[in-house]
Amino acid sequence: MTDEAQLLPGTLDLLILKAVSLGPLHGYGVLLRIGQISGQALLIEQGALYPALFRLVRQGLLKAEWGTSENNRRAKFYELTTAGRRRLREETDGWNRLAVAMATALGAQSEEV
Amino acid sequence: MKFLAYFRSLVSAVFHRTHAAEDLDDELRSHIQHRADDLERSGLSRAEAERRARVEFGGYQRYREETHQVLGGNFIASFVQDVRFAIRLLRKSPGFTIAAVLTLALAIGANSVVFSVLNAFILRPLNVPDAKSLFGIWRLPDNNMAESYADYLELRSRNHSFQDLVAYNVDEAGLDTGQNPSRIWIEETTGNYFDALRLQPYLGRVFHSSDERGFNSAPYVVLTHAFWQAHFQSDPAIVGRVVRINKRPFTVVGVAQPDFHGTLVFFHPDLFIPLVNAPQLDPTDLTSHGNRWIFMTLGHLKPGVTQAQAIADLNAIGADLAKNYPKDDPKTTYKLARPSLYGDYIGRPAREFLSGLMMLAALILLAACANLGSLFAARAADRSREVALRLALGSTRKRILRGLFTEAMLISFLGGAVGLACSVVLLQALSAWQPISRWPLHISVNPDAGVYAVALLLALLSGLLFGAVPIRQVLRTNPYEVVKAGSSGRAGRRITLRDVLLVVQIALCAVLVTSSMVAVFGLTRTLSHNFGFDVQNTLLVDTDPTMAGYKGDQVPLIQKRMIDVVRTIPGVQAVSMADQVPLGDGAADTNVFNDATTDLKSANVADDALMFRVSPGYFNAAGTSVLAGREFTSHDDKNAPRVAIVNRQFARKLFGAPTNALGRFFKMPDGTRTQIVGLVEDGKYSSITEDPRTAIFVPLLQSPSSGTWMLVRSARDPQQLGSAIRNKIAGLDAALPVFLQTRYKGLDVILFGPRMATISLGVLGALGAILSITGIFGMAAYSVSNRLKELGIRVALGAKRKEVLGAALGRAAKFLAIGSAAGLLLGILAGPVLAYVVDQATPHDPLILTVVVLAMALLGLVATWIPAQRALAVDPMILLRED
Repeated sequence: MTDEAQLLPGTLDLLILKAVSLGPLHGYGVLLRIGQISGQALLIEQGALYPALFRLVRQGLLKAEWGTSENNRRAKFYELTTAGRRRLREETDGWNRLAVAMATALGAQSEEV
Repeated sequence: MKFLAYFRSLVSAVFHRTHAAEDLDDELRSHIQHRADDLERSGLSRAEAERRARVEFGGYQRYREETHQVLGGNFIASFVQDVRFAIRLLRKSPGFTIAAVLTLALAIGANSVVFSVLNAFILRPLNVPDAKSLFGIWRLPDNNMAESYADYLELRSRNHSFQDLVAYNVDEAGLDTGQNPSRIWIEETTGNYFDALRLQPYLGRVFHSSDERGFNSAPYVVLTHAFWQAHFQSDPAIVGRVVRINKRPFTVVGVAQPDFHGTLVFFHPDLFIPLVNAPQLDPTDLTSHGNRWIFMTLGHLKPGVTQAQAIADLNAIGADLAKNYPKDDPKTTYKLARPSLYGDYIGRPAREFLSGLMMLAALILLAACANLGSLFAARAADRSREVALRLALGSTRKRILRGLFTEAMLISFLGGAVGLACSVVLLQALSAWQPISRWPLHISVNPDAGVYAVALLLALLSGLLFGAVPIRQVLRTNPYEVVKAGSSGRAGRRITLRDVLLVVQIALCAVLVTSSMVAVFGLTRTLSHNFGFDVQNTLLVDTDPTMAGYKGDQVPLIQKRMIDVVRTIPGVQAVSMADQVPLGDGAADTNVFNDATTDLKSANVADDALMFRVSPGYFNAAGTSVLAGREFTSHDDKNAPRVAIVNRQFARKLFGAPTNALGRFFKMPDGTRTQIVGLVEDGKYSSITEDPRTAIFVPLLQSPSSGTWMLVRSARDPQQLGSAIRNKIAGLDAALPVFLQTRYKGLDVILFGPRMATISLGVLGALGAILSITGIFGMAAYSVSNRLKELGIRVALGAKRKEVLGAALGRAAKFLAIGSAAGLLLGILAGPVLAYVVDQATPHDPLILTVVVLAMALLGLVATWIPAQRALAVDPMILLRED
């Protein structure tokens, strides 16, 4: 448990967008993909995914369509819309700026002040 | 784009909710299956894998709800759920629902009726363009708006403040369209009237200033739309037709717009004719400065001119007029007044009365809300177990409160709708009602959008108000305590504001019931009271021979012939004429002097007496007893010595004792010696509540008058008799208009005040009674349901029915007794006030007291019936087992 980081508020949406940007996925697939790309470091409660997915669909960032999964089961596949792609870019830039700023701030030594 | 997507999902969430829900369930199930597949691959059995997958998924229902909320349909869906639930609950307790809806319907109905009247008379501007800048000219020395035509012309041509000035006079006239002559109300207006008020015709044309080319030069008529409909069946061919008004030919040139009824809001004339033609109808001097016969002068202020500037302008002209015509024009100053209610003359009392009424209506609504609040509190207490259970099962307080509010709103909207519907019916009746049949008075109060908006707002507001009462109760509910202990309810002995309010309500109700009883008893006593004439079996015929073109000496002749023909009708016992009848439109009065007085100045006046001009046989026809002396005969004419018949009060005042008066003389202001030949009983002359007044009767033949009332005494059915009289007079001259009413109906004007007071008190009393009933009902129901367990224990311990009732309803009964006693006392104290309006209004009548006490007792019985039944039906076994 200790090696799994808690998710910051607002980061789940960004993670979902990122995961889906690598190729259409169904809900469970999104979960696996996030685990995979984060090196299993981020913990998401499975059910919590769905309110976020529906929210992104409502905002027009994702579109969903029923299809058949690799397990040969019916599943709903999510895909980025143009607006979703734009949002992912903006949020990634924002996140990177924040991360750099945080890293710089936290890495400061006493003589640099 | 985003909005569209949101909107689509909202719509689909509402209309395809089941579809969306199934879709979500499918997806969540698919997720769990996929997870289970993975777990199965890692070596678990399928069943174990699926169980683990479900556990890992987390709170299935919670995420499902959350997702639904994201979908946007949750609010509406749960709202629909709330409404359904509320309807189910309300249908389960029809007594409560009906009581609540009815109370609110009454309160909101009362408010919307009063507001409609206020709206129609005070708030809504007159139905002419730019009514805001329209002002009438008020003459301060006379304190009215009357003006002479010559002065009007000077004001019009010399002022710099008004765009244009118009003037009009109101008159009665006879209209002859070839059949059935009828009595109509006309407005004689200046030629510029329609143009200055910017009014377009509905049909044909209106008349203009250019039509006026000197006196009697413009024999044109513009009909009001209502009169055109009623009298000419909306015949468009009316334009160009010639009609006769007072026998003079006038050409109909057009019809006014349907929404225009003249510039007084309550007085609707039948048609308009040019004022320059007024002398054709009645002898009128248009050139005199001193003869102020014009009813009103008005006009639009020029843009940018303030009221003060306009007044200064008018005052300058007034000073000039006084200088130029010192004999006719006194020093005059002016002010501006709104024409619609004749300035402040009717405007101020109307505003004050209606504002007072509005406040009263608001109070009634407030009281209704307070009562409904306690009813709701009682209900919430009854349901505390349900509320506690729902809280324990995880429902939020917000959700429960929303349910309660939905219920309150449902009731308030139902009440509002019922109240509004009733008020619309009432308002329509009020609009059609003519309070005084002889005058074209109308109370046009058809509700407009504003009224509906106010009713809706009031419903909403009151729903929020009484819905809020049980909030604290719900918020305080501790599910654990309630479920454990049951609704034991700490029986509060504290006196709360609500209790005080209830007692005040009951007291007010008792005051109103007492007063309305006093008024009703007074009114019935009044009607059986001796007025000094007989109210029954008398028909009044309003005849004015000038309307048929008779002038001067022709008038007495035709009057005599009319009397003669009517006398031949079978069943007619007596016929007579009088210029005015007692308790009619208003009698003239005259100064009289003692016979010995030679200097007839005002300081020497012996009495100011009412004077009636009557024809021979008047007292017989009127049913007034002649106590001594004789009636007038046809020999008491112009050539005979002047004579008079006086009432007892006059005789007492001038000669000390009634018996002394006969044969004695007094002097009229012109110095003529008049001999008293008869003595009649006292009566009521100008108001029912007046003290005995002095009155003299003089022969019509010795001082003629054209506008006269014919009194016909007969035991026959007034309807049949009326048509016989009509036929006889039409046989004499088909142009003579005849307006018939029974003597009793003729009292409408006089009885208007007392009747309105009685009706208002009655209506308010009924409202108060219903409010008190719901108030007591709410309180009693609350205390019974709060103490149900205690009552159960009492019954179990062997309490008798009487004791149970005493415990359950003692408080309600105490409130009722205190309130009623206070109200009754106040009502008795208010008796003298009421006596100003309603004659014979005295609360010192054991019958009234009995009726009031009975009424209040009945009210208490009705209000506590259901709670009492409930208290008596307490079954200790069930109650105690429940916990």
